Amino acid sequence: MRLKVKRIKEIIGFGILHGCMLVVLMILAVIVYDIVSKGSGVISWDFLTQPPVDGMTKGGIFPAILGTFLVTIMTAVLAVPLGMGCAIYLNEYARDDGLTRFIRLSIRNLSGVPSIVFGLFGVALFVDACHFGTSILSAGATLGLMTLPLTITASEEALKTVPRSYREGALALGATKWQAIRYNVLPLAIPGILTGTILGLSRAAGETAPILFTGAAFFLPDVPNSILSQFMALPYHLYIMSTQHHNIALVRPIAYGTALVLIVLVFLMNLVAVIIRYRLRKKGTAHG
Amino acid sequence: MKRKHKEKLIELIFLLNGILVVLVLIGIFLLLLKNAIPAFKEVSLHHFLTKPIWNPDAYDEATYGLLPMLVSTLMVTLGSLVVAIPLGVGTAAYLSDVASPRVREVAKPVVEILAGIPSVVVGFLGIVLLGPIISKLTGSYNGLNALNGSILLAVMSLPTIISLSEDALASVPRSYEEASLALGANRWETVTRVKIPAAASGILAACMLGMGRAIGETMTVLMATGNAAEFPHSFLGPVKTMTSTIAIELGEVAYYTTHFHMLFAVGLILFIITFIINLCADMIFHRHTRGQA
Repeated sequence: MRLKVKRIKEIIGFGILHGCMLVVLMILAVIVYDIVSKGSGVISWDFLTQPPVDGMTKGGIFPAILGTFLVTIMTAVLAVPLGMGCAIYLNEYARDDGLTRFIRLSIRNLSGVPSIVFGLFGVALFVDACHFGTSILSAGATLGLMTLPLTITASEEALKTVPRSYREGALALGATKWQAIRYNVLPLAIPGILTGTILGLSRAAGETAPILFTGAAFFLPDVPNSILSQFMALPYHLYIMSTQHHNIALVRPIAYGTALVLIVLVFLMNLVAVIIRYRLRKKGTAHG
Repeated sequence: MKRKHKEKLIELIFLLNGILVVLVLIGIFLLLLKNAIPAFKEVSLHHFLTKPIWNPDAYDEATYGLLPMLVSTLMVTLGSLVVAIPLGVGTAAYLSDVASPRVREVAKPVVEILAGIPSVVVGFLGIVLLGPIISKLTGSYNGLNALNGSILLAVMSLPTIISLSEDALASVPRSYEEASLALGANRWETVTRVKIPAAASGILAACMLGMGRAIGETMTVLMATGNAAEFPHSFLGPVKTMTSTIAIELGEVAYYTTHFHMLFAVGLILFIITFIINLCADMIFHRHTRGQA
């Protein structure tokens, strides 16, 4: 009898856990289904290649796509070298001392700083103190610093997978430490670093709060012509179209279309990263 | 000799690069502080911390009370945790102890994809999808309220809670599980009375990091909570959190005004709160992993 009660409890318990998983799956399914089903009708060649017209009630979202593309490149320009450099220091040079632990603690804490606080920081440092104004440069730099923890962690993971013998072999042949890193370690780590970096950049591309005051614009008639220009961005455009536009009901389809383009963009970046990781793994097994 | 100097120089450059991260974190704190301090030339700290109203555009006298938005932030955060912790820990337990390897292969990317969905998209769905549902069920005007924000924040913090809790459960030594099963406990008893207690500190750290995420989340609450500048009364009423106050007002305010500096003060408080939460989670987490070793 007692055993039976125990068994029933187990079935109910596991049923509840199973239910939790199903709810999480449902959440994702609802998000994706709603956006895809209501957004795909709006997508057309013109939607992707034309600027908004008639007070943003018609036309496409090309400037927002372009702006997100440009600001993501700016982010990469800053985040990739700095993230790699920091990872190389931590994995190749750093001793296990107080400073190293402090750097690691800072990285973990930096990844928990709210995005709007990064926005304030960007306003204070890049827009105001550095006189970059609201621009692609300011927004990209803000996003770049924000993605640093992700790129550092990813780069370090990649460096860790390179066997010690690669470094030792080079050093034994008379190479300096830097030569060993440059010619023997980095070439093997690059695909892994690339995967992590693209994942980090996909987060940056979808961020809104850090670019609200550092460079994103409501509407621009022309495409940006320098890194000091303001820009339109997909996430900001979605925010505008769903809350700030003078006729929200009328532009709802455009908002859905923008949301769809945004999540497709983020998924594509993730997919590229996953493919690189997959090919890397296959290569790894080929080596033995 | 020259080669040695070059090597030293390269190492120094990488060291500086490493220190840069520390400088960014300290720089954020100092710049927020520097831009917040001028606000307190005109408004006292006591006023900021105790006034129950935030109304910078009042005709007679502007008030800058932190309390309404602090309470709003705490409300939506706690609301989100009520949903996200059971759901997240339940899912993590399912993935680590019930699911077959094949299910796990499918579920892991699902959690990753959920983590990758931009917050502005989640906020948008709060307006167009969740808002009307809440409105219909509760009869509130447009469903943009603290309840809506809580649910969306739960969605945003779920991936963090799930993946870190699962890591914590996976790091419980197999021998615990085997000992429990050998003593005649079934798998359900093993999960609930052995594995989850053994992983408790890791799960706690995961929930705290999820909470830090929720407190700092901006776009979802900005879009879905209604943003009324009043003291929050209930989950069915609109609230305006610290993050949304900054997001809304920094765009409208002139640089170097008291209001401008006040928003940095709010940002500073937000930074300090999340910093403390993350630091605590970090300490719990590291004691946990050291205990395992």
